[in-house]
Amino acid sequence: MAKVLVFVEQREGKLKKASFELLGAASAAGHEVHALLAGSGVSGLAEGLGAYGAATVHVADDPALKNYTSESHTRVMLAAMKAASPQFVFATHSPMGRDLMPHLAAALDAGLASDCTMVKFSGDQIALRRPVYAGKATAEVEFTGSGPRLVSVRANALGAPKVDPARKASASKLAVDLAGLKTQAGDLQKGSSERPDVTEASVVISGGRAMKNAENFKIIESCADTLGAAVGASRAAVDAGYRPHRDQVGQTGKVVSPTLYIACGISGAIQHLAGMRTSKTIVAVNTDPQAPIFQVADYGVVCDLFTFVPLLTEEFKKLKDH
Amino acid sequence: MNIYVCIKQVPDTETKIKINADKSGIDTAGIKWILSPYDEFAVEESLRLRDKNPGSSVTVISAGPARVVDTVRTALAMGADHGVHVEIPETADSHLAAKALAGALKKEPQVDIVFAGKEAIDDGAAQVGQLVAALMGIPAATVVMGIEYAAGSVKCRREVEGGAIENLTLPLPAMITAHKGLNEPRYASLPNIMKAKKKEVKSLSMADVGVSEGDRKLKLKNFELPPPKQAGRLIPGEPAQQAAELVRALHTEAKVV
Repeated sequence: MAKVLVFVEQREGKLKKASFELLGAASAAGHEVHALLAGSGVSGLAEGLGAYGAATVHVADDPALKNYTSESHTRVMLAAMKAASPQFVFATHSPMGRDLMPHLAAALDAGLASDCTMVKFSGDQIALRRPVYAGKATAEVEFTGSGPRLVSVRANALGAPKVDPARKASASKLAVDLAGLKTQAGDLQKGSSERPDVTEASVVISGGRAMKNAENFKIIESCADTLGAAVGASRAAVDAGYRPHRDQVGQTGKVVSPTLYIACGISGAIQHLAGMRTSKTIVAVNTDPQAPIFQVADYGVVCDLFTFVPLLTEEFKKLKDH
Repeated sequence: MNIYVCIKQVPDTETKIKINADKSGIDTAGIKWILSPYDEFAVEESLRLRDKNPGSSVTVISAGPARVVDTVRTALAMGADHGVHVEIPETADSHLAAKALAGALKKEPQVDIVFAGKEAIDDGAAQVGQLVAALMGIPAATVVMGIEYAAGSVKCRREVEGGAIENLTLPLPAMITAHKGLNEPRYASLPNIMKAKKKEVKSLSMADVGVSEGDRKLKLKNFELPPPKQAGRLIPGEPAQQAAELVRALHTEAKVV
């Protein structure tokens, strides 16, 4: 049994579900699971992390931690490292986790395997695989140095954890010196969209150049909203100004692996395929039966998207109403 | 201001990736090498900052095998003033690369600001910018889409999940890693391409910057192409039938809705 420290991510008191995956996987492998929870007014969230597999939650609750900065959170992580002495440290490869973990790696002079999509524990050993060339290939990651092993994991890669609400974690307060920080963070400006992010959603529905304009994306949005899905876009649609860059899926955008990816009017350039081919189930909707997107699709629909997508929305609604 | 940009040479985004015989990496034969796309935003930002601050200079630094010098020249052709190449092995990990870059930066008399891309599109590790900052003891802002410059500090906007924005103020010197949207990178003009050929690219060895093979922390091995997908199923019928059948299949076969 190894000791595993999981960086549990929260913003404004809302825990990220990708963190639960990490707790669940480490706990299922039989390890002693420590969690780090950092923020302002977050102490009340600690005990509940037991449900996902945390045994001990190290809590840093301080007004200076209200808004995330790599600098403050590196200090907190180092304090948690001291308290827990873990062999493995996990975080999600999210905007926060990917920003933070290299700072910790430098401070510990330790290796960081980032953006892993396969994590297998066997005893105290760990096998990791990660995408390279934006998913055009994958590679195994081997740690060559000594010291703790740092790992960041792509959201949705490990699957939902077993939840046992009866399990409670024990909370332990961390004392951290937060004086003299150089980086100042203002309050988070909320996004205009209430939809989930493409990298976090379990369903993503994307549109391509065939959408013709920004306005037409409304039919994709309506369909996405029936499932609580995120709206994505191809590079062509983003470059044409139909969607903001944050929605772009592909090698120069975001790499996603939802359980369901629906590509509408996307031909399937190698750039785009690299960003979504690890999705569990892929649906392609395109008028051109020769489009490369059909080669990676589990289900193909040769049809005009403007006809098909509203019908699909209706079918999803029927399913939800049952 | 003494402005620095860390850049990386990567395979073109259109490259069809092939694995080499012993699976230790990719087959690099015939690959077209380019400046990593996010680094273009970093170079562009550095040039704009220099031009607003007379007397400033931009130095691009890259760590990698000998071929990387071509990409340093690409950045010089965009308008950078000086180039530095630290020769490290093709298989270097993020730590070795970051220590080489930080070692080269520490040899410079004064560093006021450092830019890099938010990640390179080959290994996509998204580590080197932060590692370099940590090794130099300076703060970092990553995935930055907007910068306001003030005397001795920068205010950075970084986009996080769901389009939310973090606003960070950092004292200089600082590391900033660039994201698409920060600016619109320029194309190199022909005269600048000609001029870039004559500019000196300083060459440094691992020993010069105080790093060794032992600085590696990770090894990538056993490269694989993604398993070929089984041929999917085309759903026949009229559009309304197709929609009903697709949802049935997603619900009862794939069990994803």
